[in-house]
Amino acid sequence: MIPQEELAKIASAEKEKQSKFEYQIRVCMAAGCLSQHKDQIKLALEAAVKEQGLEDTVKVKGVGCMGLCAQGPLVSVEPGNILYEKVSPADAAEIVAGLDKKPVERLRCDNQQPFFTRQVRVVLENSGVIDPENIEEYITADGYEALGQALTEMSPAQVIDEIVASGLRGRGGGGYPTGLKWSTVAKAISDRKYVVCNADEGDPGAFMDRSVLESDPHRVLEGMAIAGYAIGANMGYVYCRAEYPLAIERLKQAIRQAKRLHLLGESIFGTGFNFDVEIRLGAGAFVCGEETALMASIEGRRGSPRPRPPYPSDHGLWGEPTLINNVETYANVAPIIRNGGAWFAGIGTESSKGTKVFALAGQIKNTGLIEVPMGTTLREIVEEIGGGTTTEAGFKAVQTGGPSGGCIPEKHLDTPVDYASLAKLGSIMGSGGMIVMDHTSSMVDVARYFMEFCMSESCGKCIPCRVGTAQMYNLLTKIAKGNGTIRDLELLEQLCDLVRSTSLCGLGQSAPNPVLSTLRYFREEYLAKLVDTTSPNGKTAPDGHAS
Amino acid sequence: MATAVRSRIRTLKIDGRDVSAREDETILELAEENGIFIPTLCRIEGLSLVGACRLCLVEVAGMNKLVPACLTYATEGMEVFTDSERLRNYRRMILELLFSEGNHICAICVSNGKCELQALAQRLGMDHVRFANLQQERLVDMTHERFVVDRNRCILCARCVRVCDEIEWAHTWDIKGRGVDARVITDLDTPWGESDTCTSCGKCVRVCPVGAIVEKGRAVGEMAKRHDFLPHLAKMREAKK
Ligand SMILES: Cc1cc2nc3c(=O)[nH]c(=O)nc-3n(C[C@H](O)[C@H](O)[C@H](O)COP(=O)(O)O)c2cc1C
Ligand code: SF4
Ligand code: SF4
Ligand code: FES
Repeated sequence: MIPQEELAKIASAEKEKQSKFEYQIRVCMAAGCLSQHKDQIKLALEAAVKEQGLEDTVKVKGVGCMGLCAQGPLVSVEPGNILYEKVSPADAAEIVAGLDKKPVERLRCDNQQPFFTRQVRVVLENSGVIDPENIEEYITADGYEALGQALTEMSPAQVIDEIVASGLRGRGGGGYPTGLKWSTVAKAISDRKYVVCNADEGDPGAFMDRSVLESDPHRVLEGMAIAGYAIGANMGYVYCRAEYPLAIERLKQAIRQAKRLHLLGESIFGTGFNFDVEIRLGAGAFVCGEETALMASIEGRRGSPRPRPPYPSDHGLWGEPTLINNVETYANVAPIIRNGGAWFAGIGTESSKGTKVFALAGQIKNTGLIEVPMGTTLREIVEEIGGGTTTEAGFKAVQTGGPSGGCIPEKHLDTPVDYASLAKLGSIMGSGGMIVMDHTSSMVDVARYFMEFCMSESCGKCIPCRVGTAQMYNLLTKIAKGNGTIRDLELLEQLCDLVRSTSLCGLGQSAPNPVLSTLRYFREEYLAKLVDTTSPNGKTAPDGHAS
Repeated sequence: MATAVRSRIRTLKIDGRDVSAREDETILELAEENGIFIPTLCRIEGLSLVGACRLCLVEVAGMNKLVPACLTYATEGMEVFTDSERLRNYRRMILELLFSEGNHICAICVSNGKCELQALAQRLGMDHVRFANLQQERLVDMTHERFVVDRNRCILCARCVRVCDEIEWAHTWDIKGRGVDARVITDLDTPWGESDTCTSCGKCVRVCPVGAIVEKGRAVGEMAKRHDFLPHLAKMREAKK
């Protein structure tokens, strides 16, 4: 049997099953909303459906994240394209009763607002739409079609060509060209190769990868299997932080389901290509997201980075060539194979193709998860999609890239989001955390917060990062408390340079970024906190430097 | 007769000097061969390389990142600079950071005058520490019959961990904790004197570059160390594998 037919059969059976329902009520079952209602809303809706005798015409289903977490718990109704916000179990009967009459106005959430209309969904195309616990629904939404196409119609080299043509770059922070990475591992000669998915997601405030795994786990598995075929690997590992129990649960279930349908395991689609996936849990150390530390951790050793070269592509897991990509990177693979690299390259900017998922947090109205084309400006994200700041104090800065990134001030808000532009501003794209701050936030405190994070997450292996981050934290504390002098500030800047230039891994190398970027745009805040830097002859220079 | 492995020859420049190298030689080895000094702390001949101390970082023309000399192989036409003002500053500052991390009051240390850290500080001109001491209290373990470990003097070079694992094959030592809380432990963080794995061979004492692991009963400045046994033993281990 050829795969397309096999899949089509499953899809049409599933469609038939669903077509007997006149209405679908979709309840968000991702961690954000679940934390507020457990599964009470879904249970209440099911009970209401039963009570009103509608079991045969109304289907209540759990779906993944719909994005606007700030207004959760969210429930949507199809057909009708109706979205309800801040739903509680007590609203269930009213929602069900209103299905074929009038929607419940007091719960309506405007889904024509820019938050929804300005997004372009590639990675999140199924999030909030399909039931992540049901592989048939994924297949109905063209799932595993790309894998079938790759295995039966394309050579590994053609798969890589498509990824190269797409211009996809790694979404884990570094932005390394994915096609180039794949072709490097494909070239390595070895009987054993590995595919690794980095789901460690340790940046404070970031939850993009968690959401993808919770809302559409099969998409990640499909991407990994295609990668395995392309580079010649039969084994994949997902390294996921243990703090994500729901994501792990859904992933485990997805692996079981895919194996049952022979979409993972031995001789996938009867082609003779084997690919298996296992989950490995991380204990929540930020540094274990660094690729060499991650692999050491999978091998059962202490998760600390080692110098590169050698790179994982030629000396990775157990010394074998290894491909390591981020969750979101893999999530882009199936649509690229399905629609072609050129289609993907048509989205975004010259140097940054496709879309990027961001987690909006901080003092912004629409906190939640969004996906926008590369090249969207920060202003569009903050003001239009994000709905602006929540407080009267007004916008001050947006932080991207977490502890490795920087703060971008108002005057640069019109910068398009792409790898190069953000780097030019002294920040980074990072994995997609975006924290909005208003004028009540002190930039010294922000820098100090991230430095504390880096200090406690440093693995301790190399001296500049281990001791340097601790000393930078102490200096920032001294300055924040109003006890710092201009000498302390100078010392801080020297340490930034040292730690950035001499640390062993990316954690140390980028740890100074939050300090450097706040010094670049908000230097006067630091100066204002310094103790009077009076010179011996009693005068203070206007710029704070003793004259 | 052993057959020599063929290795290609490279020519490159170190500090303006033309040198030739086998492709399997590191910049550090080449520098040493040619009498050029590059400071090191974590590296010790005979043990694996970890690239942790960052003192051996050098500049290479055309690369914007500094590279560790101990881990970087010679390539054709490479131009290496080992002693720029920038590097000298970084090295002094790295030493300052180490001094600010623990108890490095040399005058009261058994390794005074025989310590690699102290010697480097003198050689590199680190004459004062601009950072406040972190004032950590780390455990001193005197439970071993013959040896003492004073973690306040430890610089976390992991030489003890490596020699114990790679040469003695006991793996008594390891590192626990993160950041400035990282410290060396014996077995599963139990007292050294109760260790089932420690053979009391004393190799860790001999490789420890500072006065952190020492013999009991030494007076100030008495604890001299020799590790010229290492390269020889390392070769024997290699042959056994
Ligand atoms: C300290 C540190 C933490 C990192 N954490 C993550 C992470 O949580 N998730 C991730 O995908 N990449 C992380 N990375 C980047 C990885 O090392 C690696 O570059 C990435 O997984 C490659 O995937 P990509 O090419 O798809 O981005 C981290 C890097 C550093 C230095
Ligand atoms: S930079 Fe920090 S996290 Fe990375 S190896 Fe050095 S101490 Fe460890
Ligand atoms: S005890 Fe000595 S050898 Fe061991 S890590 Fe500390 S300084 Fe290095
Ligand atoms: S000797 Fe090279 S990093 Fe320590």
